[in-house]
Amino acid sequence: MTRTDFGPPNYKEMLPPVIKENYGKWKYHERVKPGVLLHVGESGDELYTVRVGSGRLVSTDWIRDICGIAEKFCGGHLRFTSRHNLEFLVSEKEKLEPLIAHLKEEGYAVGGTGHSISNPVHTQGWIHCHTPATDASGIVKAVMDDLFEYFTDWKMPAHCRVSLACCLNMCGAVHCSDIAILGIHRKPPTIDHDIVRSKCEIPNVIAACPTGAIRPDPKAKSLTVTDEKCMYCGNCYTMCPGMPVADPVGDGISIWVGGKISSARTPPKFSRLAIPFLPNNPPRWPEVTDAVRNILETWASHANKHERMGEWIERVGWERFFSLTGIPFSVQLIDDFTLASDTYRSTPAFKW
Amino acid sequence: MTEDSKTPLLDQLEEGPWPSFVTEMKRAGEKNEMAKDLLHQLEKSYKNKIGYWKHGGIVGVRGYGGGVIGRYTELPEEFPAIAEFHTFRVNHPSGWFYTTDKLRQLCDVWDKHGSGLTNMHGATGDIILLGAPTDALQPCFDDLAEIDFDLGGSGSDMRTPSCCVGPGRCEFACVDTLDLLHDITNEFQDELHRPMFPYKSKIKISGCANDCVASVARSDFSVIGTWRDEIRMDPDEVANYADGNMDIQAEVVDLCPTGCIKWEAETKTLTIDNGECNRCMHCINLMPKALRPGKDQGATILVGGKAPIVHGALMAWVIVPFMKMEPPYDDFKDFIRTAWEWWDENGKMRERIGELINRLGMRAFLKAMDLPPVPQMISAPRANPYYFWDPEEVK
Repeated sequence: MTRTDFGPPNYKEMLPPVIKENYGKWKYHERVKPGVLLHVGESGDELYTVRVGSGRLVSTDWIRDICGIAEKFCGGHLRFTSRHNLEFLVSEKEKLEPLIAHLKEEGYAVGGTGHSISNPVHTQGWIHCHTPATDASGIVKAVMDDLFEYFTDWKMPAHCRVSLACCLNMCGAVHCSDIAILGIHRKPPTIDHDIVRSKCEIPNVIAACPTGAIRPDPKAKSLTVTDEKCMYCGNCYTMCPGMPVADPVGDGISIWVGGKISSARTPPKFSRLAIPFLPNNPPRWPEVTDAVRNILETWASHANKHERMGEWIERVGWERFFSLTGIPFSVQLIDDFTLASDTYRSTPAFKW
Repeated sequence: MTEDSKTPLLDQLEEGPWPSFVTEMKRAGEKNEMAKDLLHQLEKSYKNKIGYWKHGGIVGVRGYGGGVIGRYTELPEEFPAIAEFHTFRVNHPSGWFYTTDKLRQLCDVWDKHGSGLTNMHGATGDIILLGAPTDALQPCFDDLAEIDFDLGGSGSDMRTPSCCVGPGRCEFACVDTLDLLHDITNEFQDELHRPMFPYKSKIKISGCANDCVASVARSDFSVIGTWRDEIRMDPDEVANYADGNMDIQAEVVDLCPTGCIKWEAETKTLTIDNGECNRCMHCINLMPKALRPGKDQGATILVGGKAPIVHGALMAWVIVPFMKMEPPYDDFKDFIRTAWEWWDENGKMRERIGELINRLGMRAFLKAMDLPPVPQMISAPRANPYYFWDPEEVK
């Protein structure tokens, strides 16, 4: 019988010696250059970190490759970040530059620190999920190829987090990112009554609809959808395989802006809808990469130092965000879900 | 290679400077049929702009109700190797610290049983082992157990908690995030492995208000390190920042949200009115050599963060302004257990705790938690007169 409930491997056995010795006794850090951090302990010990971009979807051979590098330069220690970057932990300063040279030679992307575009947090997409409205890995690759200069250098006034989720479940922190890429549907589900009858718990499917668009159909012992009330969230399909909602023409991308997590300067903010629809255009999604670059560079050229996307927009106003980016304002951007009136402007103070 | 087995669309994603997942899929595909079929199914998705994974599927390992995500292709004749292509969520060590020995062991197990493809890591924090057939699940788990990797959470359970790097490498950390994470993950193994709740429940731990694991947005229970006394200051280092290339007035003082920090340029004197500071971290972020969090450290506990489904996205909000966070963390564990019990008792099917609090009101939640209402819980008092009284209070 397999043992169970033993939990994760103990992190204490995974820490490099320099971290064990300076644990909780770090004095300060410096951003040495893009991708490189220095942490100094009360003891005077130094730890250099070299951060490297990763596609997140990696093979076991890639893991073995990076293990080889960590064995050569870092005493067999490495870690990953909360944005899926890889970090080499260097306690011997003389190995720092050789490590960086080796990484560049082998084509690894060193960066993702400070005021850079770090790794986009993203999801499964067409690779492993059954509810997506778009792919995840492909768009992230296309966007990061386009924005690569921003990963490896400090060219922005502040942090800018790009995230992607392939459906409204928003796995990850898409709803609180500076720039968020979100897959959406635009057509109501089709209903396969035989599958609904045989596989779905009807009351739970009805309760899963945020707008009350689903009603029972007692005659068919199935369900009916009021199309005018459906905004295609796909949650009924999550509950019931008889209500597929994916559609090659209807599905695509929405772009959201101005979210943040940290409490520095201003409280955390939700991302807000900026572009309601862009087409799925694999493998390079040019409409998406253009839109992301436009928003990023408009912000970067107008924002003050340390002013994140949402802080900048709050200062200049949404009307200015739309005029400066040239993004057309459409009726989909006006909230009509719950608490919508909180988003209406109750003052004549605004800019022309 | 036949014409059909080519991948002209995905091949384009091997170009460009960012690391290519297609290259990784091809590497795995050289020695594994599952990875090869996955690549070709994805090419078909790219061509037809739609996914080909079937709805759901319940699979698992003996003794657990969560940790494995069942997945079947809609096209088993065309792509037989991924007819069954299930995912393991493997509980990562605190802070995603690894030794290469441990990772190599993991790779060997995964090459033996699965596709050779992984996500490092899933959004909740787990190691994702991407794709194995049903028959391989139990033997794979048996081998994972041999190398001390237990499964993480999925379904209506406590999901795998995660934390920032904390005191492992950050001078801002006000909580031993790594230790607290390891402790509670072990404490709540049953709740993690055997789904028993109305819906999922996530815990995330950040050492300070920078919230480097996005706990406020991505967890039902968000633990964020903070302090109650004064920011520690080294005046000489402040002067050094001023002598360097930092405009302290513009970059630090003018951006302080409460205006509690003042700069006297002539005397190079920085003063902080700590009573007015809301501990946002900005000044400390800008001058880490000169400023540090206070010494009376603990955490703020926020509850209710979640993604939009069903009633809209929520960011977690303050429930406990300050809690000491020291081993064995009994206050925190009691808090979590009490909240789970209330939610389990009152929650509807697939109702997150944040939605339940909104449905029944903060009054009901605070009463169940035996916590006093305090102004730190709100950004503003209500603007409508529709409030309740307990009949007991009107005698």
